[in-house]
Amino acid sequence: MNVALVKPTSDRASGESFAAARSRLPGSGVVSEVREAAFAEFSKRGLPHRRVEEWKYTDLRVMLREVAPLAVNPDEAALNRAAAAVASLDVTDTCKLVLVDGSFAPHLSDVASLEAGVRLHTLREILETADNSTRADLLRTNATSDVMVALNAAMATDGVVLGVDNGVALKRPIHIVHIATQSNAASFTRSLIKIGEGAQVTLVESFVAAPDAKSYQVHDALVSWAGDGANVHHVRLVEDARDASNISTAIVTLGAKTQFNSFSLTSGSALSRYQAFVRFGGEEAVANINGVNLLKDRQHGDTTLVLDHMVPHCDSREVFRAVVDDRAHSVFQGRINVHPDAQKTDAKMMTRALLLSDEAEADNKPELEIFADDVQCGHGATTGALDDSLLFYLRARGLPEKEAQALLIQAFVGEAMESIADEQLRETAVATAARWLATRG
Amino acid sequence: MPLLEVKNLQVRVEEREILHGLSLTVNEGEVHAIMGPNGSGKSTLSHVIAGKPGYEVTGGEILFKGEDLLAMSPDERAAKGVFLAFQYPVEIPGVATMTFLRTALNAQRKARGEPELSTPDFLKKVRSVAASLNIPQEMLRRGVNVGFSGGEKKRNEVLQMALFEPSICILDEMDSGLDIDALRIAADGVNALRSQGRAMVVITHYQRLLNYIVPDYVHVMSKGRVVKSGGKDLALELEESGYAQFEDQAA
Repeated sequence: MNVALVKPTSDRASGESFAAARSRLPGSGVVSEVREAAFAEFSKRGLPHRRVEEWKYTDLRVMLREVAPLAVNPDEAALNRAAAAVASLDVTDTCKLVLVDGSFAPHLSDVASLEAGVRLHTLREILETADNSTRADLLRTNATSDVMVALNAAMATDGVVLGVDNGVALKRPIHIVHIATQSNAASFTRSLIKIGEGAQVTLVESFVAAPDAKSYQVHDALVSWAGDGANVHHVRLVEDARDASNISTAIVTLGAKTQFNSFSLTSGSALSRYQAFVRFGGEEAVANINGVNLLKDRQHGDTTLVLDHMVPHCDSREVFRAVVDDRAHSVFQGRINVHPDAQKTDAKMMTRALLLSDEAEADNKPELEIFADDVQCGHGATTGALDDSLLFYLRARGLPEKEAQALLIQAFVGEAMESIADEQLRETAVATAARWLATRG
Repeated sequence: MPLLEVKNLQVRVEEREILHGLSLTVNEGEVHAIMGPNGSGKSTLSHVIAGKPGYEVTGGEILFKGEDLLAMSPDERAAKGVFLAFQYPVEIPGVATMTFLRTALNAQRKARGEPELSTPDFLKKVRSVAASLNIPQEMLRRGVNVGFSGGEKKRNEVLQMALFEPSICILDEMDSGLDIDALRIAADGVNALRSQGRAMVVITHYQRLLNYIVPDYVHVMSKGRVVKSGGKDLALELEESGYAQFEDQAA
């Protein structure tokens, strides 16, 4: 009997949107070939769903349903609205590189104040002008076969391509600001950052909406290489509109003796997925990858980490906290792969979720896969409510219920936030959490 | 008007009645000791006065300055001037002691319609109280009670008592887990507050504490009732004869 394979409507819609968008995607020749291949991969597999192990708790066929049409290039009105969003950012003392609806906005960016030793290009510029081998590589990665990364390769319109020279210590953080101004549209960005040996860099990523931007989709990828001995601080702040979706991937390769300190804070988006693939490529590197999700109403926040210890003598630490209120849903998946050569690996992962309502949900899935025999690895996961005895102590000292809860919640997320080395960024994270707490009903 | 009036209080915890009609009247500036064997309901009384969840009041009432205390939330009671010094003060990691003190003090002031204390005024006040209680600044920078010894935790309770200036302090087994030196420091702090006219209800199993905080009245509790009241000599009498005689009376 012949069985007709009917594509789900969502994937048909995506195919149509790629066809419609194709003419507007930068690059030709080999770039187009890479895009076609990436899109063919996406078409074959479709949006990931609950039967795909890595996406078990975040079924995009149900939650995203379809990929929205590609956002148009921002016009002057859109850029003006984006400027308002830039002006209201909490983080001010940074070198901002602004992407509006997936297009680099030079006039909103601090291009002139880039420090010496930093080279900036845009993805669009390289895809359109550089020689074939260079430009096609920007859309390729061996780090993952994740289907949303393939979709990103097919659709990416722009991004920043940064090089930081060996030994350069940047004074100000580099700040990639993603701003959505269009409703019901999708942006696809990919940024690539190559950090030289011994360089010291703080990289901030903000995701925000211009006033009135609704139900948009952000599809972002960040690909980064840290040279031997580099010191990299990375802070993500996801404050997208409350009905938006944010699907982001970080692909990080660490050289020998690098220090990589990453923190991600998500308080926005109806649906968010942050997946980080971190690969230890040189010995004696140390990675601290921490995060906090603050979720309420019906928000769904997914943090998925995959660490690959390829070489000996590297340390990794993950501290993750989720505060889940109302009917929100937090997902944490952490996987540590210790490869056969990675002796003396020291890897620990701890995730804790705080449930503030009976209908809140948290799924924690820590995994260890160890092929070396002389390693120290551990993981832990807890889920619970606020401690009644602590609440009573605070209330007996005069704190009203909400204030007592807020103090304990701030303490709960504070441990993960303390890892942010930059004081301004740490205070921003703490203030964001305080704001979130203040809006709890 | 009495400061605190407990009238015929009946309290249950999960189907079991713990207090069977307890009455107690405390006037301004008076120090009352409540003594009794383990399980007599002393701590239950302190918890119900402070408003700890989990207790069901099935009869009687508590009036504080003439108002129905049982109708108030724990934080409202604190703002009105009720302070419970915990038998086992909890550790709150991640909440700095200074932040906690300031948030609590300002929450109480706000509830009373008073302006918040300015930072310099607050710091000045905390420092002077801390110095009198032998509490080093380093302790105030740590998380609330985190890594504190038993004596330090109790001194931190007395610090809060001095800072919040309540009308009545309920001291729940303040002597438990303290050596003599720690007990003396804590008691000195309490006595300093007493001299400012605050009322105290000192709950204790042993007479020892009452050598340091000398009560005006002593009440003996047994099986959920006050079975005998008297002056400070009653405590000494108990030390001689034990609680057994009162258990017979209560039964």
